[in-house]
Amino acid sequence: MTSGLLTTHISFLEALRGAGVPVSLAEDLDAIAAFSVLDWGDREAIRQGYAATLVKRHAQRPTFETLFDLYFPRLVGDGVATDGAVATSSTDGVSEGVSEGVSDGVSDGPAQLADLRMRLAEALASADHDALRQLAAEAVGRFGAMRGRGPGLSSWSAYTTLQRVSPQTLVDQVVSALLADGRVDDEARRTADRRVGAFAGLVEADARRRIAAEKGPDHVARVAVRPSIDRLDFTSARKADLAEMRREIYPLARRLAARMARERHAKRRGPLDFRRTVRASVSTGGVPLVTHHKPKRPHRPELVVLCDVSGSVASFAQFTLMLVYALHEQFVKVRAFTFVDQVHEVTDVFRPGTDLGEVMGGLAARTAQAALWGRTNYGRAFATFAAEHADALGPRTSLLILGDARSNYSDLGVDVLKELTEQTRHAYWLNPEHPRHWDTGDSAAGPYGAVVPMVECRNLAQLSDFVRDLR
Amino acid sequence: MTWFASPADAAARLGEAGYLADAATATTSYLSGALEKPLLVEGPAGVGKTELAKAVGRATGAELVRLQCYEGLDEARALYEWNYKKQLLRIQASGDQAWEETHDDIFTDEFLLTRPLLTAIRRAEPTVLLIDEVDKTDVEVEGLLLEILSDFQVTIPELGTLVAVRRPFVVLTSNASRELSEALKRRCLYLHLDYPDAEREREIVRRQVPDLDERIARQVVDTVGRLRDLELKKAPSIAESVDWARTLVALEIGDLDERAVSATLGVVLKHASDQERAVKELRLSR
Repeated sequence: MTSGLLTTHISFLEALRGAGVPVSLAEDLDAIAAFSVLDWGDREAIRQGYAATLVKRHAQRPTFETLFDLYFPRLVGDGVATDGAVATSSTDGVSEGVSEGVSDGVSDGPAQLADLRMRLAEALASADHDALRQLAAEAVGRFGAMRGRGPGLSSWSAYTTLQRVSPQTLVDQVVSALLADGRVDDEARRTADRRVGAFAGLVEADARRRIAAEKGPDHVARVAVRPSIDRLDFTSARKADLAEMRREIYPLARRLAARMARERHAKRRGPLDFRRTVRASVSTGGVPLVTHHKPKRPHRPELVVLCDVSGSVASFAQFTLMLVYALHEQFVKVRAFTFVDQVHEVTDVFRPGTDLGEVMGGLAARTAQAALWGRTNYGRAFATFAAEHADALGPRTSLLILGDARSNYSDLGVDVLKELTEQTRHAYWLNPEHPRHWDTGDSAAGPYGAVVPMVECRNLAQLSDFVRDLR
Repeated sequence: MTWFASPADAAARLGEAGYLADAATATTSYLSGALEKPLLVEGPAGVGKTELAKAVGRATGAELVRLQCYEGLDEARALYEWNYKKQLLRIQASGDQAWEETHDDIFTDEFLLTRPLLTAIRRAEPTVLLIDEVDKTDVEVEGLLLEILSDFQVTIPELGTLVAVRRPFVVLTSNASRELSEALKRRCLYLHLDYPDAEREREIVRRQVPDLDERIARQVVDTVGRLRDLELKKAPSIAESVDWARTLVALEIGDLDERAVSATLGVVLKHASDQERAVKELRLSR
């Protein structure tokens, strides 16, 4: 391995570690060993080799792919044209592809835009991945260049590219193509949305690649790589991220349920079961080699969830509710209430076996009933809860309050909350904000935290950790 | 012995053994053989994780030794066990023999019951060791596996350390129902198997169900692909596509129209709510 490659390899590993993929020295050496038996000329094989030796968790795969594309780019600049449609010409130091039919001097004029959009619509309709990738590279090359103050100072912007090409407006075209193919409209729209989203992802990747080529991959790796889905903040998640998180809920719930059941089994060793022990000793000549124990009664908590569903924290509340319900077998009983300034019970939205999409829709539709004036008021919400639903709490219940503790400077109702928590076995407050934002502005994390232990819960990983330890 | 000569060779030979491997699977299987490192395969149920191990066995002419993991699996079932009954008999039969001689006697090969892990290590012929559903075991069993996976050896206090006569090709499968320990993962190469793309799936279905009409195979794979796009509790896997194809052949259904789909949906979707959702989203009439 030449020194240049070794440097790239080392900085690639550094970037992976920086992005939260734990790569040990042993795995580093494994990767090197893998390359001694693989063909360096084959980028795909090298990628698989790295993936097999370094990335041991599927959730980290997108991070790995992003970084691999940065450190081992697929092509440099606009690359070598692979087919007749794209030829390369060089203008002011930046080479740009010019399509044959429209080479009239300008490379990013309206004619080229229309041409590119037409080809893009075709590629989206046929889901041709190679063509899409090429189109993404071309689009960034043509429309994403931000001219710098001098030669070599230019940069690239995925945002500008997407604004100009605006693939969102092609959705209708793609939908009609899919309908002609015999798909149903809802499904066609979803598919089209996803393909357009994927194209946006390709454009972003290509812009990153170009910036990395000019400024060095380390620079880009530090700023442009998003955390994996389970470490992504609820409050900063985009629409596509929310959909992906929703798909994660069931696998997560399954993993958690398995783990909780297992931990319960491990603690199950109760008093000695004399009868079974003697029985078993018969096969070993009357010597009790193995002792058998009676199972312990498992403790399953009752759960009351009280969540703030106003504005920015709504998605956090929904995820927590869904996770709790996906795990409903782990609890004796779960009751859920939502509030903005009024309390509203939503337990009936979650029937066993209902579909998550419907649940989300049901929750969203019911939000209006939790808001009378539409401004979060924790004090009033707690008071209403104490007055109307105090019967939900008992000595076996765990109370879970979800919210950012921002009460618009109104009455906090700390005393009411104290009374409520005194009736329960445990009470917790999950706050989706980073602790450094607690007690800033109208946040009342401090006063509430003094009554109810407040836990930071910003992403799926923290949420699942919390739910697992819930007793 | 080298297991595979190159990633391409791995793909070709696995293909001959009836397993259509994509690039990632072929490369990782080749690496696993070349580096003599265990291969950890993760993925949803029914995408061919176990089948991969069997196919490696068939492709390389190696025998498969299988350890099926379950909750409560222990050393005695996975590694080795002393044959207590036989030892007791031996002690009773020894009569007036001195105890010193007897206790050396009863801890020999004769009284050792080898379980899959030890069996795989002691075999002189090429062996594929399949440790299936390793996520179902307790964490302690993972600790037990570490010595075998990193050094291919087993330490038995009474006998000493037994080193592998010939290193087996080790495949571990996991449904990711829990996170495996870092120590275990570090010793393995990692492969995530996912649902295949439409073309490969069509090829798989055609190979598994040769009687199936080309056109229906296309319809089956298309529909299954559309079902996977819905948010279902359990998305249909390759195994379900193949089952569906078999069902259609058995029922002699010549065209997968709406009626045929809703009549046989139970083969692919196994939750009531999933079926309802599919009917609603794909506008099937019931």
